[in-house]
Amino acid sequence: MDQKKTTLDLFNNVDLATELRLGLPGTDNQPEIIKSSLSGNKRTSSEMGSSTCTDENESRFSPPTKEQVVGWPPVRSYRKNILQVKKTESEMGSGMYVKVSMDGAPYLRKLDLKMYQSYEELMKGLQVMFKCIIGLYFEREGYNGSQHVPTYEDKDGDWMLVGDVPWEMFISSCKRLRIMKSCEARGLGDC
Amino acid sequence: MVYSLPEEVLEHVFSFITSDKDRNAVSLVCKSWYEIERWCRRKVFVGNCYAVSPGIMIRRFPELRAVELKGKPHFADFNLVPDGWGGYACSWIDEMSRAYPWLEEIRLKRMVVSDESLELISTAFKNFKVLVLSSCEGFSTDGLSAIASNCRNLKELDLRESEVMDLSGRWLSHFPDTFTSLESLNISCLGSEVSFSALERLVARSPNLKTLRLNRAVPLGKLSTLLHQAPQLVELGTGAYSSGIRSDVYTGLSKAFLGCKELKGLSGFWDADPSYLPALYSVCSRLTTLNLSYSTIRSPDITKVIGQCPNLQRLWVLDHIEDSGLNALALSCKNLQELRVFPSDLYAADVNVTLTEQGLVSVSQGCPKLQSVLYFCHQMSNSALITIAKNRPNLTCFRLCIIEPRTPDYLTHEPLDIGFGAIVKHCKNLNRLSLSGLLTDRVFEYIGTHAKKLEMLSIAFAGDSDLGLHHVLSGCESLKKLEIRDCPFGDTALLANVAKLATMRSLWMSSCAVSIGACKILSQKMPMLNVEVIDENGSLDSRLDSCLVEKLYVYRTVAGPRSDMPGYIWTMDRESANRI
Repeated sequence: MDQKKTTLDLFNNVDLATELRLGLPGTDNQPEIIKSSLSGNKRTSSEMGSSTCTDENESRFSPPTKEQVVGWPPVRSYRKNILQVKKTESEMGSGMYVKVSMDGAPYLRKLDLKMYQSYEELMKGLQVMFKCIIGLYFEREGYNGSQHVPTYEDKDGDWMLVGDVPWEMFISSCKRLRIMKSCEARGLGDC
Repeated sequence: MVYSLPEEVLEHVFSFITSDKDRNAVSLVCKSWYEIERWCRRKVFVGNCYAVSPGIMIRRFPELRAVELKGKPHFADFNLVPDGWGGYACSWIDEMSRAYPWLEEIRLKRMVVSDESLELISTAFKNFKVLVLSSCEGFSTDGLSAIASNCRNLKELDLRESEVMDLSGRWLSHFPDTFTSLESLNISCLGSEVSFSALERLVARSPNLKTLRLNRAVPLGKLSTLLHQAPQLVELGTGAYSSGIRSDVYTGLSKAFLGCKELKGLSGFWDADPSYLPALYSVCSRLTTLNLSYSTIRSPDITKVIGQCPNLQRLWVLDHIEDSGLNALALSCKNLQELRVFPSDLYAADVNVTLTEQGLVSVSQGCPKLQSVLYFCHQMSNSALITIAKNRPNLTCFRLCIIEPRTPDYLTHEPLDIGFGAIVKHCKNLNRLSLSGLLTDRVFEYIGTHAKKLEMLSIAFAGDSDLGLHHVLSGCESLKKLEIRDCPFGDTALLANVAKLATMRSLWMSSCAVSIGACKILSQKMPMLNVEVIDENGSLDSRLDSCLVEKLYVYRTVAGPRSDMPGYIWTMDRESANRI
């Protein structure tokens, strides 16, 4: 018990002027309490060993930077990788707009693929936009039961049937959409 | 008069005592109990592989069947520990291969394991059954081939979150056709595709398979095939959870899930397509564990699933669940014990995601059994924390990460001291705590005063002075692991509490204010500690004692300074810095 008291006294009686300090000579001796949430107190790995005092002074005046602090937030790398993939896929500005043409229509439309989470939603969106019916997808036969078939041009410039590949793969490779008439599309559906 | 029972009787009695703590207590009763106990101890947990040497362990416990080791400090998970730091499993496996021919189980966490070691394991231990490599690295699929080929009685192969050099997926085909003992397989961390037919045949001939965690490369269309072969599964990790618009896949999946009457846990769900979620509704009512944290599905879809899982005990999810989803969770899942909410955006708040402190407050209110929380968010208030503390005094693990360092209470702009103070005051059984947000020395005063059962504490960007650290070291009686980064804690507090460090497993301090001189003094005063200074900037020998260290790792040990340190680690020994 006594030891504890002594050590606390150590803190109370400490002479700040002779204590090891952090900070450049001439910096303010008063401890600074940061009230603002605008903290730029991010240490990059190259700043290891530099004083916190200096950083605090800088943060008060410089706008919060988005430089990455090593190991913060505390998220494992494999999680970061998953999120990173998501980000790159959707980082095409504020939307993933692709041109959509429909055979027989006088002009094209533009559609933001990011607005949809699945093929189901995309089909609904297309049907509303073009006032057409697209029909049901079957793995073997393609689209059945309607006049229209949705196709898309992929990164390699090939025209593909919409719906074969997982959604994420589709939106990352789709360059433009074309709703074909089913009589023309029959060639595409064969495997 | 003391009558002593015959050895055989005591041994039989001891065989019912399985917890490490109890075994350790038994061994302290008297010399003969120590002797009897050490000969019949079958499993050992070594929390820090450098705290003891393989030789010492082997000498004391000659008949082990199961060994668990942990290597790198926890902050290695967040890239704070440089490459080559250590944690090599090699010497342990070498010595155990000679000493324990009947060893059955090896569990390693945050260790470096080589293919040679895996090969040795597969050949040296004739009855090898369980291999768990958690967050390990240093091995490739070649090492896994050896395990597959040679371990005839293998029950469990779990590679959770390890970094494996993925040379090919062919290793899985090396399990012989006669191999039928598999109970648990976790390959979720592997990138490359394994041969599906080999996987299918393996599953088909493993009647005791209870846990199967696939990797992302296993397509959804093939999942139903596996489920039909293993309807007895209790834990399933799917591969990628999306396909094209495949109604046949959907129907097949629904049907397969219907057949899984024992399924209690689900994970995986990479690239999850919400239109495939209803396929698993039939198992929801039995689910106790659900990990959706690899999928970015939105709140309405998550809510639909959760609403059907009244028996959920553990939920891991991204912040896409939003406050609305957490409100639904609070209403539906009265048995919830553990909640982990991970961030979808690591830096700024995603404007499309409304997850605030309210979600956590709702869950704390609605889920009476909630014990363990990991919560990433962008804002917090003292009043929310106080409410959570009062709602849930039964919390044992509370880890809050407000993403922007030093964020104050968003309502009052005050530090979050009293909020966390309420947590430690009300939650008397709290054994793990992670702090974040704007915090002064005051919060540490609360922690030192109230957190008497706290075993692990993580601190970042907090505190004003050494007093903060002193409160923790002098007050937290049960403290075992303390990890600190970017706090103004330094020599005074450290040197005032040297004896405390010998009662703890380890202390990590990086980007703090500890000087080389203090490290030397600490090392002199406490010969049973290894005081390791990590400094990648160059030679420590030429620096003044007043220079600050980059990173400090202090741990108690009976094995002396380690001999496998890389060039950038110095062990403080006596009067000078030694680099071995």
